[in-house]
Amino acid sequence: MERRKFGTKLLYSLLTIPVLVFIFFPLLWLFSASISTQVELFTVPPHWIPQHPTLQNYADIFFPSQAASSVPRTFAVALLNSLKIASAVTIICILVGSLAAYALVRIPFGANRTIQLGMIATRMIPEVSLILPLFIIASSLDLINKPIVLILTYMSFALPYAIWLMAAYFQTVPVDLEEAARLDGCSRLGILFRVVMPISVPGLVSTAMFVFLLAWDEFFYALIFTSTLAAKTVPVAIAEFIGRYVVNVNGMMAGGILAAIPPVLVALIFQRYIVSGMTAGAVKG
Amino acid sequence: MALESPAASKAPLSLRKQDARTAWFLVAPSLLIMLGITLWPVISTLILSFFNAPSGINQTRTFVGFSNYIGMLTDQTFWETIWRTLYFTGVSVVLELGLGLAIAQLIHSRPWGWQFLRLSLIIPWAVPTIVNGAMWRWIYNADFGALNGLLMALGLIKHYVPWLTMTNMAMNLVIIADVWHTMPFVALVLQAALATLPEDLDEAAAVDGANAWQRFWQIRVPLLRPAILVALIVRTVDAFRVFDIVYIITAGGPAYKTLTITYLTYLNSFTFGKQGTGAALSFLISAVTITLALIYIRILYRPEETQ
Repeated sequence: MERRKFGTKLLYSLLTIPVLVFIFFPLLWLFSASISTQVELFTVPPHWIPQHPTLQNYADIFFPSQAASSVPRTFAVALLNSLKIASAVTIICILVGSLAAYALVRIPFGANRTIQLGMIATRMIPEVSLILPLFIIASSLDLINKPIVLILTYMSFALPYAIWLMAAYFQTVPVDLEEAARLDGCSRLGILFRVVMPISVPGLVSTAMFVFLLAWDEFFYALIFTSTLAAKTVPVAIAEFIGRYVVNVNGMMAGGILAAIPPVLVALIFQRYIVSGMTAGAVKG
Repeated sequence: MALESPAASKAPLSLRKQDARTAWFLVAPSLLIMLGITLWPVISTLILSFFNAPSGINQTRTFVGFSNYIGMLTDQTFWETIWRTLYFTGVSVVLELGLGLAIAQLIHSRPWGWQFLRLSLIIPWAVPTIVNGAMWRWIYNADFGALNGLLMALGLIKHYVPWLTMTNMAMNLVIIADVWHTMPFVALVLQAALATLPEDLDEAAAVDGANAWQRFWQIRVPLLRPAILVALIVRTVDAFRVFDIVYIITAGGPAYKTLTITYLTYLNSFTFGKQGTGAALSFLISAVTITLALIYIRILYRPEETQ
């Protein structure tokens, strides 16, 4: 019996190998390209491990010199743009969204269910369905290439998601706590800010993380609403370059790694929240 | 506080009414934002879809009734695009759910290193879609790509293949890239759901002589049904509107063989300058999405389960 158990365990363990290969092989190939020189990248057959690894591609992005091509210089700007926009979206969503989420789950006011279901439906509406009127009005207000237009439009998917996640979290806060505060003469807002928010920090953190990842990943609005290099976010910068400058693939790949590091790090650090957030976002309302 | 009754002569609001006021006050900012950037654009798109609207500043719009819709429905490109989008959606969602369920079960059976496997799954999920696309595009590269290098080293091909220009391969290659990125979500959600299932049922079945395969299909999968359905709908909605990864890997090519419905809408609206047609397509996508959302809501909020 023990022997059979060991055999099963071994079999399952062996099965993890192809899964891990499928996950890591593309990533290692990406990383390998990012530390390759131009010459080494264009070899047949490919050098799986670069013989002359270099950090020059990364250095070019962090310390853009005139000598470097326009790819790394644009990346430096784009990384900063993405960081600013994703942070602004995250902060606004947390502030505005937690107020709404609290009211939706804890104060019956006649429209709770309607608004909650409406939020679920809007969360699913794709960006392409909203883009034309938004583009027409943004053009007429001369907002193209301004960060504000991306911050505002990103709310269309980020805010309902934030409200949804926060609502799921607030539901787990014991009502007794609120009742006690209420008896002590605390107003609703007082309860929210002094009682509910402080014990909801984990929920706030995980919501902030999901919103940040969504905003960092966004491509469609950024593609439509930006046309100058100075206004582009990382995904658009990558997309622009990949078609045009085949020459600087290693620079692109270094940019890709840098674009992937913040979300991957955040996700790994907060991995405990990731799965519960996914489940709350997908399974519970 | 601003929400209190302004005039002393008025009867004091009941606690409940005061509460309701506070609630509206709390919900108002979110509601205004959502009305402005979601509801208004959807309605505005619907209106625009009844006009002939060439893009450009001084172009005038003319009311054309349903002719954008008729034009769309009688266009062969449209139907080909719909089928292609359904192919993408169907194949990628089936692969994601199949692989996701298998990997969830694999983690659940606690092989050596299962924690590492679960942690690893988070990485492809967190990699931005565009980086993922750029990565796979470089893997599929005809001259220096990893796929050619690998297949050559294994002796499976005799000379390098220009994968992304092959009309019968391009869409499948995009699907593989998409599955790499999205399957982990399904696997992690289903694994979390598996972990909440009661163990005793499983043990009882084992005592009754059910083998692992039977227990998986006849006990765990039926219990996982809600989680599977949710993953199915979330992923279907997402896959149906695929754009980013197609844009970066193939840009709809070769010969429109990877053109999806969102891409066609984008081209009409922003490249061909046919905003009316673009609006009709946009509205169609909204309608499909909202229908799926309603199904989703019905599954999640069955009457007996609410509050």
